[in-house]
Amino acid sequence: MSLKIIVPVKRVVEASVRIRLRSDGGGPDIANAKMAMNPFDEIALEEAVRLREQGLADEVLAVSIGPQAAQETLRTALALGADRAVLVETGAAIEPLAIARILAAIVAEEGAHLVLMGKLSIDEDNNQTGPMLAGLLGWGQANCASNIALSQNTARVTCETDAGLETRDVPLPAVITADLRLNEPRYPSLPNIMKAKKKPLETRPLDAFGIDTSPRLRRMEIREPPERQAGLVVESVDDLIARLREADLIPSGRAVQ
Amino acid sequence: MTILVLADHHDGMLAGTVSRVVTAAREIGGTIDILVAGHDCGAIAAAAAEIAGVNRVFCADDPRYEHGPAERIADLLVSLAPGYDVLMAPASSAAKAIMPRVAAMLDVMQVSEIVAVRGPDRFDRRIYAGNAILTVEAQDSCKVLTVRASAFADAGRGAAAPIEPIAPIEGPALSSFVSLEASRSDRPDLATARVVVSGGRALRSKESFAELILPLADRLEAAVGASRAAVDASFVGNDVQVGQTGRIVAPDLYIACGISGAIQHLAGMKDSRVIVAINTDAQAPIMRLADFALVADIFEALPELTRKL
Ligand SMILES: Cc1cc2nc3c(=O)[nH]c(=O)nc-3n(C[C@H](O)[C@H](O)[C@H](O)COP(=O)(O)OP(=O)(O)OC[C@H]3O[C@@H](n4cnc5c(N)ncnc54)[C@H](O)[C@@H]3O)c2cc1C
Repeated sequence: MSLKIIVPVKRVVEASVRIRLRSDGGGPDIANAKMAMNPFDEIALEEAVRLREQGLADEVLAVSIGPQAAQETLRTALALGADRAVLVETGAAIEPLAIARILAAIVAEEGAHLVLMGKLSIDEDNNQTGPMLAGLLGWGQANCASNIALSQNTARVTCETDAGLETRDVPLPAVITADLRLNEPRYPSLPNIMKAKKKPLETRPLDAFGIDTSPRLRRMEIREPPERQAGLVVESVDDLIARLREADLIPSGRAVQ
Repeated sequence: MTILVLADHHDGMLAGTVSRVVTAAREIGGTIDILVAGHDCGAIAAAAAEIAGVNRVFCADDPRYEHGPAERIADLLVSLAPGYDVLMAPASSAAKAIMPRVAAMLDVMQVSEIVAVRGPDRFDRRIYAGNAILTVEAQDSCKVLTVRASAFADAGRGAAAPIEPIAPIEGPALSSFVSLEASRSDRPDLATARVVVSGGRALRSKESFAELILPLADRLEAAVGASRAAVDASFVGNDVQVGQTGRIVAPDLYIACGISGAIQHLAGMKDSRVIVAINTDAQAPIMRLADFALVADIFEALPELTRKL
């Protein structure tokens, strides 16, 4: 069986940037912020490229749904090893449910059997597009993968869970979401950046999909969280213990042993 | 409103977070039912029935629900959804796999990790690693919510609600359990602990993490946490990573040892009531955030602290 892997990638504010809110209440001020590929998507992409390099997959297709500027993110994906890229262009902010619907349509068109994607995007912190896509497709899923072993028609996936590391077998077709420890993504090399310029990047208008992407959640307000009051520098361990006892945070009166 | 809460459980025990989700459900207002899906989960259902404000508990006790297969539990929830206005669950790793699947199957946009209830369909959630609070109004007729348990109090105990067994749903398994490498500990659960002692990269090795962090945690009957750097270096298991992409905690006391306080770490703990930071670098971001900052070498300060408590 030939295996095509789809990797959705999102353009987000770079992880180290501390965002500021616009004074007009319009949300984060990202006009001049440094942008990058969502780190979890980068990990998912790296995994897909490695599977192809190992001969376990035939083609890696990177897909982004977003503004024209996301072409840059897709060029990076191509430089990192994706074979093709598709941008579904829209200026609007699209909710995860609609993203999952668009991805489901692309999966069907492409006849892909595996979607590898980030477990969350670091801007909206929703943690939901992967399982949504699996639900829409009626596919099996594995969330927060820290290891993937692909054989024939099954992926053996180790998932990071609250209880520890859980390993599950997921028959393909499947959606697998990537966690931080799945791999360490490579850096794009200069020759690969040059090669990426010649790889196919197709842009399609969102309308072409005929999917209702109107938001289901009304965004009422975005505001800064309350600031913490400035703290105190304590001089010594004894000082620290005294303060914590005073605040009733640690049991008092135990004799020094 | 009719509300169904999906219970989270591990090792035959109901997670402490479920009671907090019930508190959020009570703020929404309405009849609150709980669904426990698992195998040999009668005791879990009994514990859920004792949460104050619960109307009844459905118990889907069947081998096919063992080890929480997301696909099957989603099918079960979808089958129960027509009777409910709200489906909710603690934002645990299990629910993060199940609830979005349910939402998509119901054609509903999930509201993830709510931290406040502002009305029957209005909720606050954090975005950008906790650096902004977003208030949303859910327009869908059925609402699917996950709840950041650390933002809500325990509901307490009440008169035991009736427990009703429900039959499993037929359908394909899609994925199957192979093994669990569980990190067992007798310590309080990170998600609901009153005190958390966390260690970072500065601990240098698994051995020194065990020698410095664990005895202090024992003394304080605290849960153990860690930064991503400490988990990546295998000082401790993945399940104790605190942060944007790990566990979110808000204990009464959080002690950060040799942790710098990157945005992603702060996202997981900055709502703690009191933060203590011990770091050699007075300028580390966590030191500016801390209520009590001690500029010290953890290799000296932690043994002293543990000894003197
Ligand atoms: C997408 C993404 C998601 C992430 N998610 C998370 C997450 O969920 N949780 C998380 O924690 N991180 C997360 N990170 C990583 C985060 O950005 C930081 O890299 C990480 O938190 C750093 O861990 P640390 O503070 O232990 O290490 P460092 O930043 O290296 O800090 C070590 C600190 O120890 C101090 N120190 C050194 N020696 C001593 C000593 N002897 N005594 C006392 N102090 C000492 C140093 O001054 C320093 O402040 C994420 C990053 C990305 C990109």
